[in-house]
Amino acid sequence: MRHYVYGGFERFWHWAQAVLILFLALTGFEIHGSIHFFGFEQAVAYHSTAAYALMVLIAFAGFWHLTTGEWRQYVPTRENLLKQADYYLSGIFRGAPHPTKKTPLSKLNPLQKLVYAGLKTFLIPLMVGSGLVYMFYRYPQRYSVVSLKVGGLEWVAIAHTAGAFLLLAFVITHLYLITTGQTLTSNLKAMITGYEDLPDEDPHGPAASA
Amino acid sequence: MRKILFGLLVLGVAAALIVGELHTKSTEQTPLEKLSRQYARRAGPSVDHTKFAQLQARFKKPQEVTSACIACHNGRDEEVMRSSHWNWERTEYIPGQGIRSVGKKNLVNNFCIGVTGNEPSCNRCHAGYGYAEASFDFTNPLNVDCLSCHDNSGEYTKAAGGAGMPDPSVDLARVAQRVGKPQRLNCGTCHFLGGGGNNVKHGDLETALLDSPKTVDVHMGTDGLDMECVDCHTASKHQMLGKMYSVSSMNRNRVECETCHSTLPHADGVLNSHTLKVACQTCHIPVYAKVNPTKLTWDWSTAGRLQDGKPIEEKGPHGEDTYLSIKGSFTWGTNVKPEYIWFNGTASHYLIGDRIDPSRPVKINTLHGSYDDPDAKIYPVKIHRGKQIYDAEYRYLIQPKLVSTVPGDGGYWTEFDWPKANEEGMRLVGLPYSGKYGFVETEMTWPVNHMVSPTSQTVGCNECHTRKNGRLAAVGGFYLPGRDRNGPVDAAGVGLLAATLAGVCLHGAGRAVAARRKRRAMLDARPEPAPGAALDAQPEAAADAASETEGTERS
Repeated sequence: MRHYVYGGFERFWHWAQAVLILFLALTGFEIHGSIHFFGFEQAVAYHSTAAYALMVLIAFAGFWHLTTGEWRQYVPTRENLLKQADYYLSGIFRGAPHPTKKTPLSKLNPLQKLVYAGLKTFLIPLMVGSGLVYMFYRYPQRYSVVSLKVGGLEWVAIAHTAGAFLLLAFVITHLYLITTGQTLTSNLKAMITGYEDLPDEDPHGPAASA
Repeated sequence: MRKILFGLLVLGVAAALIVGELHTKSTEQTPLEKLSRQYARRAGPSVDHTKFAQLQARFKKPQEVTSACIACHNGRDEEVMRSSHWNWERTEYIPGQGIRSVGKKNLVNNFCIGVTGNEPSCNRCHAGYGYAEASFDFTNPLNVDCLSCHDNSGEYTKAAGGAGMPDPSVDLARVAQRVGKPQRLNCGTCHFLGGGGNNVKHGDLETALLDSPKTVDVHMGTDGLDMECVDCHTASKHQMLGKMYSVSSMNRNRVECETCHSTLPHADGVLNSHTLKVACQTCHIPVYAKVNPTKLTWDWSTAGRLQDGKPIEEKGPHGEDTYLSIKGSFTWGTNVKPEYIWFNGTASHYLIGDRIDPSRPVKINTLHGSYDDPDAKIYPVKIHRGKQIYDAEYRYLIQPKLVSTVPGDGGYWTEFDWPKANEEGMRLVGLPYSGKYGFVETEMTWPVNHMVSPTSQTVGCNECHTRKNGRLAAVGGFYLPGRDRNGPVDAAGVGLLAATLAGVCLHGAGRAVAARRKRRAMLDARPEPAPGAALDAQPEAAADAASETEGTERS
């Protein structure tokens, strides 16, 4: 049956965040010296602008999560966690059904809950935090230059870089896992249109397959 | 209706922005424009010295000119006699060496080594008359040379080897009647030509600055502001502002770009934040010696090669000396990229008699600073590398006697006899000479402050923020984005990405293979396979085949 799974703001937030994170990765790794595309000066300017945009987006998304109660989607659970892992490791090759039923009220499987909770409570705060220190660890004031006394950029930069690698690894995995929905593209379509055909009464539910 | 209103709103905002932009442009001057106007104004002399009866005399001695000057400008002689231009030394606190009186008078360099014993030649640039030996009377005001700095006729020169006395050809009265504020030529005669030729020492101070475009020096460019040295090197009571750390030690009386340009001169915040750790000169002087070459190395050990008993000269492609029997071999450079160091405004010096380690280059001066030092910034420097004579037994640098005043006095430049020049030179500085000598590598650091380029030629971000061969490749103690990275973290990160990519590829391939195998098995199981229709007929297979083709999507 067709369900409205992802609301308008949720989809906007998701795609805007996706574009910003990819753009931040591109400009960020140019600042890091790994690639050459815009040139260092432009890369810095774009990276800062995109970072501010992402922070504004995060502020709105945070408000949305809290006021709609959607944050509860991300509370990790142990229930079905191993089954979900087992599904990705073996069940998926046998054509076994998804062990977790997706409904508009519970969109995420236990592994997703765990990973997204990690993103939201650890990785994103790490990137925003280290990014802010990176930008402001020394900053000019009107008549003098005041230093945020963190001693130097080294650990800030290393934390930011390490976070970037983790985030990029997440993006790769995420892009691939999009194809593991009910069909190859059902997840993608759902995040674009908001609608997804979800099995209401799945004869091959977890209980049946066990 | 709504569309029209919205359109009007957008138009209104755009119009307001455009008007606002034009308005600020037409009325408000940028700080740089204000400075330009301020320095474009030139005040002429307040009096005409040609009309003074006192200066109509026929001066037989330059001291008579000084006497005439200080008859009106009373007390000025005392000011000059308190200055470094006169004393050639000042009391300074030298980090690690304590309070010492240092200056040109007693320090050594890796050009012509030192003043003592060579006064008649070196002291041509002393702001006085007759400093021919160490016993010169520094208390006699009549020996103050007012004209060397205040001549505005361009006709005043000091005699070669004359210990500061004017050249006999100079018409003293004529020059005395044409005095005024110091001009570029006054300063340049000594500060451009130090070390025995144009641009030998500094690299950023040379005769081209007398008349060159803004691209050579944005301040002094004669097609621009045409500023004089003393516009920045201001003086109060004849104490000039400005330091050169070849002879200075303390962080005081420096000319700072910030005095005029403020500590936050850029419109861009990221650039302004650089000013905490990067000196203006670092980005704004991309190269020095932009017109004529500057000496980069000086090897004294090859000196003394004679042809038919006579000294020789060898020239490079641009007419620069590459070998002189009296001085040794040189290399030169034009448009030289500076080297960069942390510098906090203090320097220590090799003091005559200090022990050296001949296995390593001896630092003639050491500029202090590090990233952690709140006073230190990254500065551009010229490092002049020398190979000069030292006492192999006592292990200190030798200050040889180079200039001969009377035949047979040991001056190397006429006798080419190192042992004799060493013996005589060390006798004059009051240190024993063992009789054994060698040549040791030395380094002398000269901050580069002039030849500021126009904004368009400023050092670009990627010239430092780059992994390989950046300008700051050798400047350590801090993490520079774009240059630095943590090896293990980067390796782990790249490994993680590779593993993730490999993982998803393998997983995807596994799914594809599994789906195909399953489909085939089902097709085989059917007695009469009907290609094309088969998939839709089998819900089980369809779910798996979905991972292969989109066309099989179903609810």
